[in-house]
Amino acid sequence: MIEFQLDSTSGVATYLQLVQQVHQALQLGLLEPGDQLPTAQQVVGKLAINPNTVLKAYRDLEREGLARARPGQGTFIVGTLPRTNPVAQARFLASMAKWLGSARSAGLGPDDIEAIYRTAFRNCFAEGVA
Amino acid sequence: MTAVLEASSLGKRYGRRWALSDCTLSIPEGKVVGLVGPNGAGKTTLLHLGVGLLAPTSGSIEVLGGRPADGPAQLGRVGFVAQDAPTYAGLTVDKHLRLGAYLNPSWDDQVAHHRIEELGLDPSQRAGSLSGGQRAQLALTLAIAKRPELLLLDEPVASLDPLARREFLQTLMEVVAEQGVSVVLSSHLVADLERTCDYLIVLVASRVQLSGEIGGLLASHHRLSGPRRDPGSLPATQEVIEESHTERQTTLLVRTDDAILDPTWTVKPVTLEDLVLAYMGRARDTQPPRRSGLKVLR
Repeated sequence: MIEFQLDSTSGVATYLQLVQQVHQALQLGLLEPGDQLPTAQQVVGKLAINPNTVLKAYRDLEREGLARARPGQGTFIVGTLPRTNPVAQARFLASMAKWLGSARSAGLGPDDIEAIYRTAFRNCFAEGVA
Repeated sequence: MTAVLEASSLGKRYGRRWALSDCTLSIPEGKVVGLVGPNGAGKTTLLHLGVGLLAPTSGSIEVLGGRPADGPAQLGRVGFVAQDAPTYAGLTVDKHLRLGAYLNPSWDDQVAHHRIEELGLDPSQRAGSLSGGQRAQLALTLAIAKRPELLLLDEPVASLDPLARREFLQTLMEVVAEQGVSVVLSSHLVADLERTCDYLIVLVASRVQLSGEIGGLLASHHRLSGPRRDPGSLPATQEVIEESHTERQTTLLVRTDDAILDPTWTVKPVTLEDLVLAYMGRARDTQPPRRSGLKVLR
């Protein structure tokens, strides 16, 4: 069974953090179909969050076809996500390192670089968000 | 949706001083409600009126469809933990439970003992020698073992250390998950409210400034920043809650259900703390201080 963690400084809504952690666990192979997710009681007993937040996260996972609630038993993983491709990961890490090196030699500091990254990241994923 | 607590023009006067006046609000069922506001806003008075420790001077209040403290049945439906979680210093933990069982017709002894065991409290220890966190947990245990439909908690974690606070809220959230009880919780600690509450009420000088599902409130408020401009030129659907200007820049917190299309704005989401501060600040700036003793700091 996986254990949820919360990052209260991330600015990401709590239920979304739970959803993302299940996604990550699926991508890393830590969760597989048939595995049970912790009950709302178990999660709130540990994280001291509102039970509705957990239920909302689980509903999202159900909508995505990744989890299913079995009445009286709990919520179980039923779907899979493609595993993160380690080769692709290494390739993009290398090209990112190269890009960072050239930004640095162009005289950009850490703050400049982070601002560029954030803007590019936002632009890339902002479609459909006001 | 039915209301667990409904107040209409509710007021409470002590001598010449109104602790709460003309308060109208409705709290829906099945929520964990965070009640925030400055000291003196009337939060404690409101909770005391809700549990029936006080009678209204004016207006009316209904709790779970009945009059507060109107007979044993009504008393049994509402659990209350007062500020600083009072317990009887000279009584042991076990005697508190026996007292609770004796006084409450709906008492669930199994829940009570299970909780005490889980908390690791020694039943033979006197409440006076418990730590602040343990005392708060004991008071909460008494309130939940009577199996209420509504729990009213007046700043339950204000005096606790961070670990005791977390443990208290863990217990509270477990109870919400297990029993489906509605909760109204007053607190200044917005970070705690952010984790535990799904409904927010901002109360300033007896008035509800803001009330609603936290998710919806966060989605309908935005922080806009851009070149300096007159907030009067904004579309009518955007209500300005907070504004600040420098010579060149304008920063606004607006409420709107529509998308913000103006490309000159940089739009950022707001946090619960932003919302609480903005509405408390706006209420302070638009209302004259009600009491001469209340200083307005700018």
